[in-house]
Parts: sequence; structure tokens; C-alpha cells
Amino acid sequence: MSDKLSVKERIAKRTALEFNDGDLVNLGAGIPLLCVKFIDEGKNVYLHAENGIIGATSLSETDDKEEFLRNHLMDAGENPIKLLPEGCIIDSATSFGIIRGGHLAVTVLGTMQVDQQGNLANWMVPGGKFAGMGGAMDLVVGAKKVIVATEHCAKDGTPKILKQCTFPLTGSKVVDLIITELAVFQVNKEGLILMEIASNITIEELKDKTDADFVVSKDLKNIEI
Amino acid sequence: MKSKVVDVSTAVSKIKDNDTILFSGFYARGTAPDVIDEILKQGQKDLTVATNDGGWNDVGVGKLVSAGIVKKFICSWCGRTPIIPELDQKGELSLELVPQGSLSERIRAGGFGLGGILTKAGLDTIIEEKWGKRINVNGEDWLYQTPIRGNVTVLEAWEADEFGNLIFKNSQRNFSTVMAYASDIVIASVINPIVKAGSLDPDKIMIPGVIVDYIIQQKGV
Repeated sequence: MSDKLSVKERIAKRTALEFNDGDLVNLGAGIPLLCVKFIDEGKNVYLHAENGIIGATSLSETDDKEEFLRNHLMDAGENPIKLLPEGCIIDSATSFGIIRGGHLAVTVLGTMQVDQQGNLANWMVPGGKFAGMGGAMDLVVGAKKVIVATEHCAKDGTPKILKQCTFPLTGSKVVDLIITELAVFQVNKEGLILMEIASNITIEELKDKTDADFVVSKDLKNIEI
Repeated sequence: MKSKVVDVSTAVSKIKDNDTILFSGFYARGTAPDVIDEILKQGQKDLTVATNDGGWNDVGVGKLVSAGIVKKFICSWCGRTPIIPELDQKGELSLELVPQGSLSERIRAGGFGLGGILTKAGLDTIIEEKWGKRINVNGEDWLYQTPIRGNVTVLEAWEADEFGNLIFKNSQRNFSTVMAYASDIVIASVINPIVKAGSLDPDKIMIPGVIVDYIIQQKGV
């Protein structure tokens, strides 16, 4: 089955293994949101959205999207949503109080750059569009666990996992775990530890695609996807 | 009890040139469209706007920017209103970015009599460089940011009574519950028919009418 998954789906599937039963999680746009379809059915995981949603779930194909939007049932990316029976609505101040106050178990974000100190740069390219950070800066300092889920390299093949971010930071020393289609790295005070590696690549090949330094865990495993 | 129901032109006539306006809403959903259009009609100018995002260039608060009547824009994101960063770069508007959680909390501080906020969000980023101040408290670093207050807050509500008690629908609530306290004048545009005082369940009211000044019955949009 895994063979049929796209690269992005494989990253999302591995990331979804990090969620525990009862967790409140916030998923960014792109690969992070793809995690939803890979959450183990035996786990109750609650989706948080910055605009005041707890317990978001997807619409079915027959649902009228416009009707949900008219009723202000949407997530922070303006995707129409439903609420789980356990779900509820809160205001923006409470939503971010939940984030900063340590009540959010996990935040998953995509990125342009991440480095071996756990610095994240995912909101702006120098000289590029000055569009703002939304809730990302609050999420990375507040969530109990910050996971970066990203393709290992940029579209042009250059490494995204660097010794030092060069783009404007979203947060400094905030990332706990980096998950790509090739590797899973834990971020510690000393730097990156390679915990898992894809079965189709050697450690030497991985080093070529990774600018950051890393040490190899003595418990190194293959990625389970 | 005097009813606070007025027409949109009366409510908007309370806004003056150079005012700071706080608008609730996300991507223009929950941002009162009738009030935006009436401001354009009455022609107030040199406004400062604080809101989560810019909406679109031609929908929501983005319309005010496109009309050239906004001198300063405070938001967490303006990805769908490219005119905002464009005008900022040309020096025709001043853009202040605020992390979304810090924005709601700075407004809450403004409305609840606090001297600002201390947060970790934005430390070591452009927010600290341009708009915040690092403060050490008992050995721990925090980013200090000032409170935000407005002259006028503009809300969109789902239900209201004639005294201005307000109820919101789902994520329409967003910033309303902090913005309502952070301005001298509060205007609410109400989607459902405004009811007599006493008709709403007091336990369900999300903003007390006593702090709301003008309510407008929103026409079909």
C-alpha cells in the first residue's frame, strides 16, 4: 500500500504516528493537514484551528461547502469543516491561550528551512512577499511538541535541513522532531540525531542531501511507512 | 431602556478621520460588509486598522486599503491582500505584523486595563527587531508588546437584542470578544432580526450589551 502513496502522503503517514490518544493537535497547511487521513482509527485525536475550533473534522462529499462557510464552520485556512460531537467553539484569545498555555500536545508545520539548533524559518523568503506569520510564531513557542513535516529537499534539490537558517526565523530553538520522506531527526541541545532512515537510501547518501550535521542513533530504525 | 438600533449611516458617522478601527473577522468572514461600504461612501480617511488579516483586495477591510484611506495596517497575515505589502514597500502605508496570538492578547490588554503583554512569540524574529522589546523577568527572557486600543470597534454578530447583547455563530466569534472592550465606541452589524431585550438567554450572551453603543440590522448581502 505504501508504494502507492505520494511522497507527501508518506511523510504525513509517518507524522500521524506521533499523535497519542486524546491529543489536541494543530496542523498547518499542506503536508501537515494530510496527516488527518492517516490517524489510527483507535485514537481520538482532536484538531485545533487558530480561529477558535476544537474538534474539527472533514465534510463528506455530499455536504454543501458554502452552507458550512455561511455558518462560519471553517478552519484557519478557510476550509469548511464539521465539528465532532465532542467539539466546541472558543474565541481567538482562548484559542491562543490554549496554544501558549501548554494545552496543545502537538503542532505540525511545513517549512522552507529548519536547522540543527531547532530554528525554523517558514514564513518569509528574503525579498519575497511580506505576507505575515499568522499564528505560526505562537504555535512554535507554545505547543508541547513541535514537529516539522517536510520534503527533505527543496524543489530545486537544495537541502532544507541546514546548519543555520538563512531566511527570517519563525522561532529559535523550537523544533523537536523533523520528519521527511528520507529521515526522522530528533532535535536535541547538542544537535540532530538520526532516529529513522528510509530503506532505499544509505547514511552517506542522506548526508549528501542534508546540510546539517547529525549523529546516528544507536537505535537507528527504518521509517515505518 | 433606549434601543441602540440605528441605521448604518448614523453608526458610521461616529468614525472620524485619523481614527483607529478594530475589525473582527477571518478572511472577511465575520467582518461587517455594510459598515465597510458605508465608510467608503462617507469618505473617512487616514485610518489605522487592526484586524486578523486583510480579507481580499476587494472584499472586507482590503477594500478600505484599496481605496487609499488607510495609513496604518496592523494584522497577523495579509497573503490575500497583496496591495497591503505593496503600499508598505512604496511608503504609502505602514504595515505592522503581529503574531496572531499576540494580536488578540494585545487587544485584550488594551480592553482590560493592562500595560501590555509578555510572550515568547516573536523572540529572535523580525517582531523583536521591529516592534517589540526583550525583557528579562527573574532570569527568563520575554518579548514585551504594547496594548492595542481603538477609537471604534466594528463587529458582525449572529443574534442581538435592542440593548446590544450579542451572540456569535461558530468561528464568527474570533476576535470579537476582546475587540468589544478595547475601543471607545462599539458598533455591531447583526445578521438575524434584532429582538427585544429579555429575549436572549443571558447565559448564552457572549458580549454584554452595556459595552455596545450602536447596533445595525444588516441587510441581505
